[in-house]
Amino acid sequence: MSHYQAPLRDIAFVQQELLQVEQYFQATDCWQEMNAELMDAVLNESAKFCEEVLAPLNAVGDSEGCQWYDGEVTTPTGFKEAYKQYVEGGWPALEGDEAFGGQAFPKSIAIAVTEMSGTANWAWSMYPGLSHGACHTISHHGSEEQKQQFMPKLVDGSWTGTMCLTESHCGSDLGMLRTKAEPNGDGSYAISGTKIFISSGEHDMAENIIHIVLARLPGAPKGTKGISLFIVPKFLVASDGKLGERNALSCGSLEHKMGIHGNATCVMNFDGATGYLIGEENRGLNAMFTFMNTARIGTAAQGLAHAEWAYQNSLAYARDRTQMRALSGPKAPDKEADPIIVHADVRRMLMTQKVFAEGARMLVYWVAQLSDQTVQPAGSDADKAEELLSLLTPIAKAFATETGFEAANLGLQIFGGHGYIKEWGMEQNVRDSRISMLYEGTTGIQSLDLLGRKILLKAGEPLKLLITEMSAFCKEQGDNPEMAQFIAPLENLLKAWGDNTMKIGMAAMQNQDEVNAACVDYLMYSGYITYAYLWAKAAAVAQQKLNDSDDDFYRNKVYSAQFYFQRILPRTASLEQTMMSGVNNLISEQVDPFAM
Amino acid sequence: MKVLVTVKRVIDYNVKVRVKSDNTDVDLANVKMALNPFCEIAVEEAVRLKEAGTADEVVVVSIGPKACQEQIRTALALGADRGIQIETEEAPESLGVAKLLAKVIEEEQPGLVIMGKQAIDSDNNQTGQMLAALTDMPQGTFASEVKIDGDNVNVTREVDGGLQTVALNMPAIVTTDLRLNEPRYASLPNIMKAKRKPLDVKSPADLGVELKAHTKLLKVTPPAERQAGIKVASVDELVEKLKNEAKVI
Repeated sequence: MSHYQAPLRDIAFVQQELLQVEQYFQATDCWQEMNAELMDAVLNESAKFCEEVLAPLNAVGDSEGCQWYDGEVTTPTGFKEAYKQYVEGGWPALEGDEAFGGQAFPKSIAIAVTEMSGTANWAWSMYPGLSHGACHTISHHGSEEQKQQFMPKLVDGSWTGTMCLTESHCGSDLGMLRTKAEPNGDGSYAISGTKIFISSGEHDMAENIIHIVLARLPGAPKGTKGISLFIVPKFLVASDGKLGERNALSCGSLEHKMGIHGNATCVMNFDGATGYLIGEENRGLNAMFTFMNTARIGTAAQGLAHAEWAYQNSLAYARDRTQMRALSGPKAPDKEADPIIVHADVRRMLMTQKVFAEGARMLVYWVAQLSDQTVQPAGSDADKAEELLSLLTPIAKAFATETGFEAANLGLQIFGGHGYIKEWGMEQNVRDSRISMLYEGTTGIQSLDLLGRKILLKAGEPLKLLITEMSAFCKEQGDNPEMAQFIAPLENLLKAWGDNTMKIGMAAMQNQDEVNAACVDYLMYSGYITYAYLWAKAAAVAQQKLNDSDDDFYRNKVYSAQFYFQRILPRTASLEQTMMSGVNNLISEQVDPFAM
Repeated sequence: MKVLVTVKRVIDYNVKVRVKSDNTDVDLANVKMALNPFCEIAVEEAVRLKEAGTADEVVVVSIGPKACQEQIRTALALGADRGIQIETEEAPESLGVAKLLAKVIEEEQPGLVIMGKQAIDSDNNQTGQMLAALTDMPQGTFASEVKIDGDNVNVTREVDGGLQTVALNMPAIVTTDLRLNEPRYASLPNIMKAKRKPLDVKSPADLGVELKAHTKLLKVTPPAERQAGIKVASVDELVEKLKNEAKVI
């Protein structure tokens, strides 16, 4: 049996000590009342719900899955009731717009609720999670009338939302999509086509489901410049918000998939369904990008969630399970064998999980704060926040999920053969985490976005900004002898990061394929350096605190930072070699390595 | 009718309690604190009375350092209307607590006082009974059901032999047992509202109470660690050991 206890202490450390969100809120126009006391109250209550209601349903969701019968989808036992409780508690409205009944909490706080509900039960948390995307899109791009019509019920959670992008022949390349939208003559459109992989596309938890659908208007230009965005509700909505007749859309079937069984992944058939255009014609993809950037932060949080879950459960098991004696002599002489936590190799795995989970928390929460700063700069530079956000989002999405999967996989390893047995929940965590590297843009797509669009296309400017910020921290700590162990290697890597980026850029001028050949290793390399910066910062905060307190928490932080620098960060050396090895070992004019 | 509910800030029930290295007390540094579960049940019962229209105001009182305002806010988020904190740095004994509460009752004149039967930190199970004696109010302790009937409150008590129902004239004191109700989760809007609900701070001197220590804490030690057992080869050996080693038969 697995368990979950919300890591409230570490969450508070990241929010309040590392990122100093309280000081930031004080300086904003609209979040001045968000103080540590309120954050504690909100996060404590949310933690209780996640631990006591959501976590026990995690294994149920996996073993039962969702059931499809004649177009209707039944969610696993307890999911619907948990959602009802969540709605009654007012949680869907946490980040919602105040004008539509929301509490307008900053993402810097709400991200902790995303983390906790996601760690407790990722598959469940996707139902409210997708609604945020739909809500966000309508609030940014919808007309006033559309907002009045759809937002209040999405904000309070009586309705949920989806994002319908993928079709069977187009996933990463949305320019190929075929779903049609024909004008009905009354301002609405008839939407026809089939979408696949639609998370929360159909279920029994809410009164209505609002689909946000990408489709093409008649005569629209080919490719990505001919895609428009539509609101397509499951039940038509009268202008007073009352539910009308069933729209011409249905769930054709559920995908049978590797993990996240508790979430309904649907094939959605639109048969001339009534839809309403959001934003301008043919500008749908641009509107969609607002959503996708937020969704990528959410997926980065999934990496964090699976790492945290793996770490907590592995730690409990390693303390309990006895096998063999420590090589240096028995540590629990009264027992038949020592608990496996005494073995250095088991500790290597636990520490790796720990630094990935806590590293992801620092990165994901930092990105959330940057996202707040783009709308409430509070004295800082909103443009700079935007640049850093757009640079760090693909790193967070891909790196936190890749390392989250590694941590989940180590969880299975720590349990040995028992990890492979269903009842311990470790193999579920591995299966559930695997999707995070695929949806919302695969690791490859994130890497291309990072190296191609975010760095090389902008002549390296955003990266310079980030490296400058990180170097400033190194300078600040320059005369702190206790920090030298972190600052020296970090400074070297920051320099190499810039130099290597330049070299890849030069090579790409000769051959564009160089970008594709280097990008995934480059993203992982960037991720390790970014975590190094954050771990060094955490160590600096912790060492400061240790000057006047004797708290083990801070000692552990410094120790974990040391582990990260000594055992994880050296991976950059190998990545540097591979990413700099060029495209010729992948694409050759002379040899076709796949020819038989 | 006004209902007065008492709440205490205690170590969270999930936390593994550790003793300070110098054995002077339990180590509370950087430990998660929470609302005493029995007090949470008391708050829930009072809020239910208000929702049923039986009570019209729920006042929550706590005694302790400033940090206990957190637990008062938690109770306000669960639905109580206003809070009173009696600020003391020292942890008063049950009798001191009862004396302070008696003064609060004198000021507030509640129709019903609902308290946890005990706090999970010291497990004394005394304050409710002492308060009843000091105020000369009838008491219904270990309640698993509370029903208001006109000027009476019928309290079903969990006693050793089973259940006992007593009818008390109000104002009365009820202390809660675990099965009285299942406390709700605070909703997000109510957590936000709780910030703006009134919270008065008073000192024991304001209430004219001088806190005295009648007991002295000498030493706190953790329970002895359990030793590993042994396997016996036969029933005869077991009986032999029970007789001669354990000397229990």
